Amino acid sequence: MTASPWPEGMSKAIGNRSFVVGLTITGIVAIMAVLSFVWTPYAVGTLDIAGKLKPPSWSHWLGTDHYGRDILSMIMVGSRNSIAVAFVSVAIGLAIGVPLGLWAAARGGWIDELLMRLNDLVFAFPALLSAVMITAVFGPGAINAIIAIGIFNIPVFARVARGAALSLWPREFILGARACGKGAARITIEHVLPNIANLLVVQATIQFSLGILAEAGLSYVGLGSQPPMPSWGRMLFEAQTMIGLAPHMALFPGLAIVITVLGLNLLGDGLRDVLDPRLRRER
Amino acid sequence: MNNFAKSALVGAALALLTSSAAFAARADLVLGIVLEPPHIDPTAGAAAAIDEIVYANIFEGLTRIGPKGEVLPALAESWTLSDDGKTYTFKLHKDVKFHDGTSFDAEDVKFSLDRARGGDSTNAQKGLFAAIDTVEVVDPLTVKVTLKQPSGDFLYNMGWGDAVIVAPESAQTNKEKPIGTGPFKFDSWAKGSQIVISKNAAYWGKPALLDKATFRIIPDPAAATAALLAGDVQAFPVFPSYETIAQFEADPRFKVVIGTTEGETILGMNNKKPPFDNLKVRQAIAHAIDRKALIDGAMFGLGTPIGSFFPPHHPAYIDLTSQTAFDPELSKKLLAEAGHPDGFKTTLKLPPPTYARRGGEIIAAELRDVGIQAEIVPLEWAQWLDQVFKNKDYDMTIVSHTEPNDLNIFARDDYYFNYDNPAFKDLIKQIEATSDDAKRTELYQEAQKILATDVPAAFLFQLPKTGVWDAKIEGLWENGPIQANDLTAVKWAD
Amino acid sequence: MLNYAVKRILIGLATVLAASIVVFAMLEIVPGDPARLMLGMNATEDAVHALQEQMGLNQPLLARYFHWLGGLLTGDLGRSYTYSVPVVDLIVERVAVSLPLALISLVLSTAIALPVALYSASRRGTVADTASMGVAQIGVAIPNFWFALLLVYVFAVTLRLLPAGGFPGWNAGIWQALKALILPSIALALPQAAILARVARSALLDVLGEDYIRTARAKGLSRPGVLYRHALRNALIPILTIVGLQFAFLLAGTIIIENVFYLPGLGRLVFQAITQRDLIVVEGVVMLLVATVILINLVVDLSYAIVDPRLRNRP
Repeated sequence: MTASPWPEGMSKAIGNRSFVVGLTITGIVAIMAVLSFVWTPYAVGTLDIAGKLKPPSWSHWLGTDHYGRDILSMIMVGSRNSIAVAFVSVAIGLAIGVPLGLWAAARGGWIDELLMRLNDLVFAFPALLSAVMITAVFGPGAINAIIAIGIFNIPVFARVARGAALSLWPREFILGARACGKGAARITIEHVLPNIANLLVVQATIQFSLGILAEAGLSYVGLGSQPPMPSWGRMLFEAQTMIGLAPHMALFPGLAIVITVLGLNLLGDGLRDVLDPRLRRER
Repeated sequence: MNNFAKSALVGAALALLTSSAAFAARADLVLGIVLEPPHIDPTAGAAAAIDEIVYANIFEGLTRIGPKGEVLPALAESWTLSDDGKTYTFKLHKDVKFHDGTSFDAEDVKFSLDRARGGDSTNAQKGLFAAIDTVEVVDPLTVKVTLKQPSGDFLYNMGWGDAVIVAPESAQTNKEKPIGTGPFKFDSWAKGSQIVISKNAAYWGKPALLDKATFRIIPDPAAATAALLAGDVQAFPVFPSYETIAQFEADPRFKVVIGTTEGETILGMNNKKPPFDNLKVRQAIAHAIDRKALIDGAMFGLGTPIGSFFPPHHPAYIDLTSQTAFDPELSKKLLAEAGHPDGFKTTLKLPPPTYARRGGEIIAAELRDVGIQAEIVPLEWAQWLDQVFKNKDYDMTIVSHTEPNDLNIFARDDYYFNYDNPAFKDLIKQIEATSDDAKRTELYQEAQKILATDVPAAFLFQLPKTGVWDAKIEGLWENGPIQANDLTAVKWAD
Repeated sequence: MLNYAVKRILIGLATVLAASIVVFAMLEIVPGDPARLMLGMNATEDAVHALQEQMGLNQPLLARYFHWLGGLLTGDLGRSYTYSVPVVDLIVERVAVSLPLALISLVLSTAIALPVALYSASRRGTVADTASMGVAQIGVAIPNFWFALLLVYVFAVTLRLLPAGGFPGWNAGIWQALKALILPSIALALPQAAILARVARSALLDVLGEDYIRTARAKGLSRPGVLYRHALRNALIPILTIVGLQFAFLLAGTIIIENVFYLPGLGRLVFQAITQRDLIVVEGVVMLLVATVILINLVVDLSYAIVDPRLRNRP
């Protein structure tokens, strides 16, 4: 087994439709987010009460909201928020979950048992309700949304890492390494981790898209990032009472979420096919 | 046709008419309310939703507040005041019965007042009873209340929902099964959904015109709009969706009544915390706020700008808004004079209501324009009460003070504004001891001027009472002098 | 097998106990005082203290925890601070909304997903398969609350066919009550159906790749015949697992949808209870939901073990 399937993967990737479409969409969203740092059609911090609730037009492509802000600009800046929250919460899951899962696989026995039971415990909590409780303790805000989403990413990555690592431990190349006298920690870092990296990348993509959805949900119930930072979920919340007056306020932020999540899911599917054909038929 | 036959015919026709009219007149009503009360005992909770259901309908006090905010007799049919202004003698109505059939007399009054001011009282407005020294039962229909000092507000205070008369037998169970003396009695409560009250056939006074009233709990503005349009709810006395008011105004099936409330909405500032201890900073903040844009943006144009802490519908009101008119340049100048030429960073803690959340967003943007970076911190009510109100751990906040007659909060020691002006405190003491109307008006106006000059808070607007109901309903209150839905005179027009 | 079952049940119970500690501890550090909240801005300090006393908030932490735990064991979840009625009664009232909503959504999502999955699996690689999986891919990406908003706009605001929110109660008549649940259950069901369709399709394809299916095919059974007679039955376990998990999710995860439609369900009860600091209600509902999830997992694990004895040796 080679440690890196990338060179071989490149040509395969270009032929994979999911991967190409997903990468394109994700790329566009990422560019939009980066662009918003230097340029947006209008400033999102300035209100124009007189020009509120305007439907889409040439001057405001996606219309204006109830404070007269440009919705396109809001969506662009809001993408930063979604991406940042999802990214950091995935990073938390990776940074804590993967070592735990690898440790459990390497040690086995009661440590494995305990860690997996803790996993079950976290899984047993309804995620959104727990997020509500977490924000009741710490108050709403982007950081707390990250914590709430991140906590639930930990057991996901722990389970994936442990499962994959367990299937590797009885393999010959690991048995060989053990015969050479390498310790569990060294084997984990030198042999196990590189071989499960693909799997983790795929899972990270999936969790990233779930993170975008979760952030939108939390913001929608008022627990995500706070004004003046625009967020897609809160834009939808504000649109709700005005849906009869200004349906465009509800339409576009929702489309932004769907397109972003769709792009990430396609990218994840594509990556799975490209990086590890064996996994193709799972899920 | 002989006379007898004629009159018989006329009689029959009349009978037909009246019976068909009786058939046509509806006697049930579904009202929408935004918040579900935690329980429905007005003597043990501050939630406005309690009074919105029970006040004047289920429970009555010695006095009651009328639709214009006036004091009217209720369980006390009359009263006299001693010459020293300290002893009220209340004459009670006779033949009054509680809903459970027990009779009402002076003992119940003594019990209720003593319970409300007692050591283990959980009355949310215990301060209303602070002036009372003793309550004596003279005879079953006479009660003598002696005050510690004369109080111009006492009769008004006894009209609050928190001062209603309850019976010792049912006081413990009123939270779930309220037993009062009013024209309606409690029927049922489906938690999270609705509360039903029905006509009290044995009422001592003028009987209610409705047989049944249902309070349906609809917290969501969009759902409230839909429920009214569909006719599921026929009246929304405090309609939560300012943005759809225009739609109802254009619809002849509905009557839209924009009345006033006692809710002065303010940008509260922590007067002891730098930089808000500096008058110029507070003035700069007040001048940075465009009240019109605020009312248009947050309230969809509903609400009256205020320049001090006083309701515009009060006879003693004076318009002081020009004293803190919108003027960003002046604001920047004042900031520079106060030593903050580049503005400063601060926080703005917001409780849940729409006026606060939307208003906060607009004010934060306006403050940014003069250089003040206010970070928005949304709080639930529990957190707001804990952090802002109790521990005074805040810089700025937006809240509407909806209690009537509450100018005196700026005179309270240790209140969350941390505002301390001895001259103002003196003035409030004088007002409380004055019962002459002309003199009171003069003092009220002086007090308004002090607040407009000192800017202990930026005064924003008076909260409107946005009532929307079926055009055929008569008798609902147009204004909200207290938070109540008095249904005693409500009926369907034919 | 018995050993395995006993062990799993014990572990399940231990998890519930651990969850009770987590829930209690977490809510203990939530700032805000229910007594002060109820009495509002004009309350005097001694009135607040009197109410705290009445609510039993002044007792020490451990005493309250064990009191609560003891109640849990006997099915007594305590009395709500704000409503001052037994928490169990509140939960029963709300379950009468949440459970039907979850069940309708589940039936709806399964009824949509399974036929689609069977169709797609039996015609793998065709345009129809690609198209339906494409739609499913989009369905997975749609946030249910946004979908709910669109449904409200179309069916409630524009066409005025169905209520935009609220729940009249089962007393108002079955049809009136069901009408209020139609849009919410569609909003919940479709994204779930998209997930389920994808999972079921790949489960079916997995089974179709197994040896015995090939044998069945070799024996002359038609492809759809194999699909319905063998593949579906064998793919049922992964499908039911997902359905079980989705049920748990639906029961607890309707909170946002209940917010959109203002349904007095379990999710809103918790949400409301947290803002009112009615912590004993929050504890009760969260424990109920956690225990439900643990129970569902236990049942799934045990049924796996019955079907596939090899799994019994795995922890």
